[in-house]
Amino acid sequence: MVHIFNHNYNGELYNFLWDVESGSLHNVDDAAFLCAKKRYSRTFDTEEEAKFKAIDKELVKQINNEFDLLEKEGSLNAPPQITEFHKDADEVKALCLNVCHDCNMRCSYCFADGGSYHTAERAYMSKEVARKAVDFLIENSGKRKNLEIDFFGGEPLLNLSVIKDTVEYAKQQAKQNGKFFNFTTTTNCVLLDDQTIDYLNKEMCNVVLSLDGREETHNKVRRCLDKNMGYKQILENAKKMKKTRGDKSYYVRGTFTALNLDFSKDILKLNDEGFDQISVEPVVTNIPSLEIKDENIEQIKKEYQTFANEYLNRRQTDKWFNFFHFMNDLETGPCVNKRMTGCGAGTEYLSVSPNGDIFPCHQFVGISEFKIGNVFESIDRQDVRQRFSGVSVLSKPECKECFAKYYCGGGCMANSYKYGKGLDSIYEKGCELTRKRFELSLAINGIEKIMEQKGNG
Amino acid sequence: MKKINTLFKKSLCKDYRTGCGECQSSCQSACKTSCTVGNQSCKKQERIHKIVKMPE
Repeated sequence: MVHIFNHNYNGELYNFLWDVESGSLHNVDDAAFLCAKKRYSRTFDTEEEAKFKAIDKELVKQINNEFDLLEKEGSLNAPPQITEFHKDADEVKALCLNVCHDCNMRCSYCFADGGSYHTAERAYMSKEVARKAVDFLIENSGKRKNLEIDFFGGEPLLNLSVIKDTVEYAKQQAKQNGKFFNFTTTTNCVLLDDQTIDYLNKEMCNVVLSLDGREETHNKVRRCLDKNMGYKQILENAKKMKKTRGDKSYYVRGTFTALNLDFSKDILKLNDEGFDQISVEPVVTNIPSLEIKDENIEQIKKEYQTFANEYLNRRQTDKWFNFFHFMNDLETGPCVNKRMTGCGAGTEYLSVSPNGDIFPCHQFVGISEFKIGNVFESIDRQDVRQRFSGVSVLSKPECKECFAKYYCGGGCMANSYKYGKGLDSIYEKGCELTRKRFELSLAINGIEKIMEQKGNG
Repeated sequence: MKKINTLFKKSLCKDYRTGCGECQSSCQSACKTSCTVGNQSCKKQERIHKIVKMPE
């Protein structure tokens, strides 16, 4: 399968051929672009047909010879490398520990219902449960050496003492069992004082800072319980964290809703404030005032398109930054196996609630049919895990003809379950935006490579 | 190739990439409500995806 597309940047039209199954990106001139459309695309309108007929026959022959050579070497119209796939559901490598089902904010789009996960109780994980979760992870990790624990909530820093105890215990157990732990914390930045920042910089390989962008965007949806804590202080805390982060990984992670469909301004605001690792994602909700509706999709795609060009501009200046959904490693990306299933929810990636119940991921926490066990008793619903292990880009008919399938690994299973037709389906609006972002990421990668070639040439 | 400029070649080829599972779980990065694997890096490869601006 070949995806043929172009992108206009600074008045110049760049033509690309993306070979889906091999992961090859080719840049072609207008004549080769039309020849590729004639050869590989199902859509070829009359205008294109007329332009194609006007191309010199010898040139068409020469271009097709080059296509033949690329096909022979397996970088154009290549066949799928994997045609059967079933993920191993026995080994775990990552746990999301919901150390706290409580939050000091009440954001209107929160999937966890203000941290409580739709329960009456605002629960905190004990040290015993957290330690048992570490044991569970090590016991179920098989031969895998690199393990991950993500501290999540609610607001995890409300239970910092348990985070600290868990980290010490996990490091100690890792030594004894020949494992290595990577820790991540997500935080809304409210509790980021100097001491906490020092601690997170020392122990966390990644920190995810929740921040939506402009003050007006923040004020519409993110509300602090502490009336003295507002946007400005939260932004300052996040900036302090970034400033002291050194070479360790971090992301500023925002959400856009129907209330800020001009979200590129929020991304650029974050960049203007000095952040260079930014992720801003569309909200996934059915709250009427916030949800992304079908009629918003074209506007959002245009917003991404405009943003992509400003992104390219800024990456050539001292405002260089990474936008999470435009980062697409075309040189050393993950293996085909990894790309078949995405995040590994329900199989290698699981989530633990404050009382030790195990769920396929943080988005399934609290949904009783997806409770697969408890850290004190281990897994008793292997059948649920098997449901997850059977889901891949091969099992979803919608993924078959999608050019972005090896980028999203079939998409978020929680979104498919909650807003699609079930685990083994897709969340259509999400897919449409994913395809747009992916195509733009290919264009960005391609244009930067062409600029590099010109610079070297 | 005269008409075609190959920018990235066969980034999905299997060869040394065997699904060992040592790489980062994608949800540990920054998604949490979406799923993105294309920007992850292979742990077996020594090169790390550039997260900082490369020197001029």
